[in-house]
Amino acid sequence: MSATWIVYFKELRESLRDRRVLLNTFIIGPLLGPVLFIVLINFITSRELDKAGKPLPVAVIGAQYAPNLVAALKQSGIEVQAPPSDPEAAVREQRVELVLRIPEQFAAEWNAGRVAQVELLFDSSRREGSGSVERLRNVVRAYAARIGAMRLVMRGLSPAVSQPLVIAERDQATAQARGALLFAMLPYMLVFATFFGGMFLAIDATAGERERQSLEPLLINPVVRSRILLGKVLATASFSVCSVLISLTAFAVASRFLPVDKLGMTLDLGVRFIAQVLPVMLPLVLLVAVLQTLVAAFAKNFREAQTYLGLLQILPLIPSMMLTLMPFKPQLWMYGVPLVGQQLVITQLLRAEPVGLIPLAICFAVTAVAGWLVLRLTQRLYGGEQLAIST
Amino acid sequence: MIEVRDLQKSFGDVQAVAGVSFTAADGQITGLLGPNGAGKTTTLRMLYTLMRPQAGQVLIDGIDAFTDTLAARQRLGVLPDARGLYKRLTARENIEYFAALHGVEPALAKSRIDALVAALDMQDIVERRTEGFSQGQRVKTAIARALVHEPRNIVLDEPTNGLDVLATRSLRRFLQRLRADGRCVLFSTHIMQEVAALCDRVIIIARGRVVAAGTLDELRAQAGESQLEEAFMKLTGADAESLA
Repeated sequence: MSATWIVYFKELRESLRDRRVLLNTFIIGPLLGPVLFIVLINFITSRELDKAGKPLPVAVIGAQYAPNLVAALKQSGIEVQAPPSDPEAAVREQRVELVLRIPEQFAAEWNAGRVAQVELLFDSSRREGSGSVERLRNVVRAYAARIGAMRLVMRGLSPAVSQPLVIAERDQATAQARGALLFAMLPYMLVFATFFGGMFLAIDATAGERERQSLEPLLINPVVRSRILLGKVLATASFSVCSVLISLTAFAVASRFLPVDKLGMTLDLGVRFIAQVLPVMLPLVLLVAVLQTLVAAFAKNFREAQTYLGLLQILPLIPSMMLTLMPFKPQLWMYGVPLVGQQLVITQLLRAEPVGLIPLAICFAVTAVAGWLVLRLTQRLYGGEQLAIST
Repeated sequence: MIEVRDLQKSFGDVQAVAGVSFTAADGQITGLLGPNGAGKTTTLRMLYTLMRPQAGQVLIDGIDAFTDTLAARQRLGVLPDARGLYKRLTARENIEYFAALHGVEPALAKSRIDALVAALDMQDIVERRTEGFSQGQRVKTAIARALVHEPRNIVLDEPTNGLDVLATRSLRRFLQRLRADGRCVLFSTHIMQEVAALCDRVIIIARGRVVAAGTLDELRAQAGESQLEEAFMKLTGADAESLA
């Protein structure tokens, strides 16, 4: 067996006996994302479903001036409440969400066939209220339109007279794409699992080994140092792959049990999805493993390595944030940027869009080459004599 | 056999080793004696190929350690200054790891480990994880893993450091058995009694140079002192304070 694999299996065996490493690689790293995801989706869906079905409480002033309108509101699931004494202040102080004021002259205007007016009091700075405002507004408008149409018919005109133009809305977002909005965090969570999965092994096998004074005896074995390094990198990468796989499986299981279809979305995160994502992630896993080994190998001790790798872990947040905050059309070169490319491809897979072979090849190849270059660099640096000496 | 010729090494402005030459013969125990900071560890680190000297040559059984490093390492068994073990592996697994890196077949490794375990009297600890091992248990394990490929040349950096009297005695007996085997044993120390009890030949190092070399009797004669300690003081040019 070559030295690389001897080192590889020894690192795996040793790490598998470390409870802290196991916890981080197989539980915290891969499952943090899916758990967060389940909580978030459940929260969103239950809120949306609640809102649609629940009666909307609205304080109505002057309900006696427009009994028909009030009856129509009640029919549409609006709960008419007694008005507060000072409605403006009540809305401002968030005691009441919505107030509908029907003026005294409403009946006179209405009966005369002039434009009657109702006032809607709300606070647009309260985000969670915007849905309610929209709902009430639609109910009132629908009532007005119905009455308008009836008046036209009574005068022998077609209701179409007052509606020269209508907009027919056809949303081209597929059900998957709507789901992908919620899934924007999934690519980052996979990258997070990549970083977290290998981190502790990388530290333990390099900075940790030196701190425990076992690096010097190891390096005087009749083995080329770059082989030893490669064994350590591969062990780190293996843990990282495991972490990603567990994460993907958890997402797949979660997507089956979440009530996403009630939101008009479909999500397919099954075996096919995993089989497509895994090859995209592989070169990234290697690149990250080499980077972690490089950084940890030159830290003075365990603690310092932990600090550096913690900082390194923030790195993938940058492309994620950019993709979320400034949604731009992906350009071909972006697939060549490690971390960005993977996130783009996974997002597209989530949206059930076809990913071109060229972007896919660029994404794979550039990251793989980058990983190889950093590996060569690390192997060069690993040959230095200061590396082994711990005292 | 280990031959060291005119080794030199400096770190920045500090000349740690300034032209050290000596020979350690097969079937002998050679002691590298010197006060702390004399350059013993640096000399040994160059000898076992962890560091490269700025000048000089090291021959292990005639093999140049810097042009044919891996072959030289095969012929060396080293207990370095740093003797950390993998604490989540058992003593046996620690030794097996190094055996594998030396290319020793598993079956052969097993019989050699059993022999070393018997010789070093570590039957009670060999299947235990090394976490919580005493200093003596750690040194035994580190020696076993350094010798599992049966090297002809054995280099030990301050092997009795931190050992109690009992462990020291058992280690001495073990080194004497290696000598009886015809192997070349070289160890560094700053403790006089160690040298007196074990060594066939002594090389005294001070301030990065060899100041004297020879058998114990030769050294006493050279210094004109009957007591080894006095001879050592005279030869290293050290006064009592600098040794304290």
